[in-house]
Amino acid sequence: MTAAGSTWPRRQVELSLDGETVRVNEGATILEACAAAGIDIPTLCYLETLAPVNVCRVCVVEVVGARTLVPACSRKVEPAMEVLTDSERVRTSRRMVLELLGSSVDLSYAAPEVTEWIDRYGADPSRHGPPMRPSLAGERDSARAGHHHPSDGTTAATVAQPVKRDNAQYVRDYSRCILCYKCVEACGAEAQNTFAIAVAGRGFEARISTEFDVGLPDSACVYCGNCVAVCPTGALMFTAEHDLRASGEWDESRQHVTRTVCPYCGVGCNLEVRVQDNRVVRVTSPLDHDVTSGNLCVKGRFGLDFVSATGEDEPGGIGANRAE
Amino acid sequence: MWGSNAREAHPIFFHHLLKGVRRGAKLYVVDPRRTTSAQWADTWLGIDVGSDIALANAIAREIIHAGLANREFIGRATAGFASYAASVEPYTLAEAERVTRVPAEVIKKLAHDYALAGRAQICWTLGITEHHTATDNVLALCNLALLTGHVGRYGSGLVPLRGQNNVQGGGDMGAIPNKLPGFQDVESDESARARFEKSWGVKIPSPAGWHLSQMFDAMETGAISSLYVIGENPARSEADSERTVRLLEGLDHLVVQDIFLTRTAELATVVLPASVGALEAEGTATSSERRVQRVRKALEPPAGARDDLEIISALAKRLGHDWGNPTAEMLWDELRSLSPMHGGMSYRRLEELGGIQWPCYDENDPGQQFLHGRLWEEPRSGPPASFFPVEFEAPLDELDEQFPIRLTTGRRLDSFNTGVQTGRYRSPLRRPETLELSPEDFERLGLGEGEIVRVCSRRGSVEAPVAPEATLRPGLAFMTLHFPDEVDTNVLTLDTWDTKSGTAEFKATAIRVERLVDNGGNGAGRASANDRAHANDVERVG
Repeated sequence: MTAAGSTWPRRQVELSLDGETVRVNEGATILEACAAAGIDIPTLCYLETLAPVNVCRVCVVEVVGARTLVPACSRKVEPAMEVLTDSERVRTSRRMVLELLGSSVDLSYAAPEVTEWIDRYGADPSRHGPPMRPSLAGERDSARAGHHHPSDGTTAATVAQPVKRDNAQYVRDYSRCILCYKCVEACGAEAQNTFAIAVAGRGFEARISTEFDVGLPDSACVYCGNCVAVCPTGALMFTAEHDLRASGEWDESRQHVTRTVCPYCGVGCNLEVRVQDNRVVRVTSPLDHDVTSGNLCVKGRFGLDFVSATGEDEPGGIGANRAE
Repeated sequence: MWGSNAREAHPIFFHHLLKGVRRGAKLYVVDPRRTTSAQWADTWLGIDVGSDIALANAIAREIIHAGLANREFIGRATAGFASYAASVEPYTLAEAERVTRVPAEVIKKLAHDYALAGRAQICWTLGITEHHTATDNVLALCNLALLTGHVGRYGSGLVPLRGQNNVQGGGDMGAIPNKLPGFQDVESDESARARFEKSWGVKIPSPAGWHLSQMFDAMETGAISSLYVIGENPARSEADSERTVRLLEGLDHLVVQDIFLTRTAELATVVLPASVGALEAEGTATSSERRVQRVRKALEPPAGARDDLEIISALAKRLGHDWGNPTAEMLWDELRSLSPMHGGMSYRRLEELGGIQWPCYDENDPGQQFLHGRLWEEPRSGPPASFFPVEFEAPLDELDEQFPIRLTTGRRLDSFNTGVQTGRYRSPLRRPETLELSPEDFERLGLGEGEIVRVCSRRGSVEAPVAPEATLRPGLAFMTLHFPDEVDTNVLTLDTWDTKSGTAEFKATAIRVERLVDNGGNGAGRASANDRAHANDVERVG
């Protein structure tokens, strides 16, 4: 929805990006200024529909004169600011962030750019040693703040652990979680306002958890899947997609994505329906669709199975099959 | 928000509303239940079922008496204020408190906040329209907007939230007894009728047709002996379902076109398997905000199921009218040539703009974000907007000693209407259909949670498990229509309908709760999950 006031002219701010003088709207972030100038800044925890939480630190840039590096995603431009996006300090910091993440988290389902950044900044996750043994189910969830024992230096600490499966809609594969907080924000004040999940624990034991680590069916979760939609690393995933990937059947060359309108209520949410072999494998909504901003409810996100109802789940059910 | 539980029934709309609440907007929720929407409200008005007009009129009287009516707007843009003001005069705060059971102070606070707000909207759903006074309920809310000038401006307005993805489009396309596509009147607009007749090459009968409730009455008298039902399951969705099924069974010929063998389809002479509109066919859908958006085919329908358009064209051919094999876009372009308000909405523009809100008269028209802006034009264009005085009438299904509890109906977050679609996905939120009672009534009746009870109304009875629900006040009960194969709630409901809209009074049924004599916990009302609801649905066009 375009608010009447949003098109008013804004004051311009002049600043320097890597030595080039640019002018952007007052109130823009350094990340927005860089995007306008064609400078690629890596981001992990940033999403245009969520307020920045500044946790991944992969977007940091150097502001000349500032004591610390600043997150480009949230730091607003200021007049005469001199920003360096590729200085040695910046490269070192990004290398360290990617190296620590790469050594402790399974990034294999993350966007291809992540691999590219690892190359670009010369990050070598393997130098921390071979990964330690994966945690047992529930082991990380019962860890308490301050009880972490430092590694002996021969293996790399990881968050590897079994996949959590407690409902038919989506799985939680926290071996892939980088703690970007996007799911927490989407579940909370930024979109869904359900507050089913938050970050529990501290330090390396920090993890995304429901209240008292109860399973999702016992939690406040309403299965809107807005957390799944914003997860950048595949830690939260449609069960259908997860199982196809696990069995090696996930094949994007056999998939197509179609934009349509949700068949349920009258709000008019657009759906992007990803189909493989005439079966719905993932449902999202475009981030730039102003009705949804990428968000859906349980019906639109997970409620399309009726289309391919085979009757297998409903022995003897009347009319279970389509087109009998 | 009045008679709407958007938190569950329109969740993504509620996201927008919550953004407003977080920025400081005040939210009042008028609902007999303290719903999950009401739990976000600054103030919840726990109104007695069906007393909406008494509340609206009392709000109006308070606004007028406090000198908060928008006299300037009333003078320039409206007609009939004097008689409206006289009509609300008996609705004092005290009288409204007696009828609605909302404290007078709360009504007064709502009246003042609404009148003094810079921008204010009234949103409603079936809590307003599923009453025998449906149209009057809507008019009572429209009167409030006219009284305060909260209409026709950005951020202010009247917002009926549509319950289905294309119920707005259905009305726009003329699926209303007295309208041609684009809301052109079939009876009074002779030039529009002539244009359609010229394009279609047929004579269009000018008398208005029947709405759904009238059609069932016509089946009763024998005036209708054949019925063609597309994508709807009246055997489950109509009030007083025993009567509905009896009438459908009495037809000479019943054709049902649907995606599943619904309860109605089971009664059919001929069943035509159809494709799923939103996922297996091309076309458009029009949302609550009048936004026409493209629907696209994502999946191939199962063998034997055909596109609605193809079925209708094939049927026409058998009946002697060869329409060829029109595509959805060809039909849409024909519509654009006949319905001026859709004129500028080519598929190309719908694609480029991500949907357009009608009216959109030509290819340079961006569409309209809100309606009735003309009321603020200087000088005003078009006729003034009229106040329509309306009077409170109690629900028809009266409470008495035999039927002392008021049953109202609604939706739950993960389910949709009679469950045809949502019954087929595995929701962790789902629970068996349950009669919810206030904790006080539950205790008074000495019930156990999950106990199967008999729920009786003046039409019939069903058996259902019972549970206490803290969001209900004493005397109020709640059920959904989601699982009619387990508990056919519409056996209980009253099919007396609003004479103006044809909508039955689903929201106000008088019931009593009986304990079963043989209380073995295995009552006949408890069917297995396999017998889930298989019904399509209908939103009554209000």
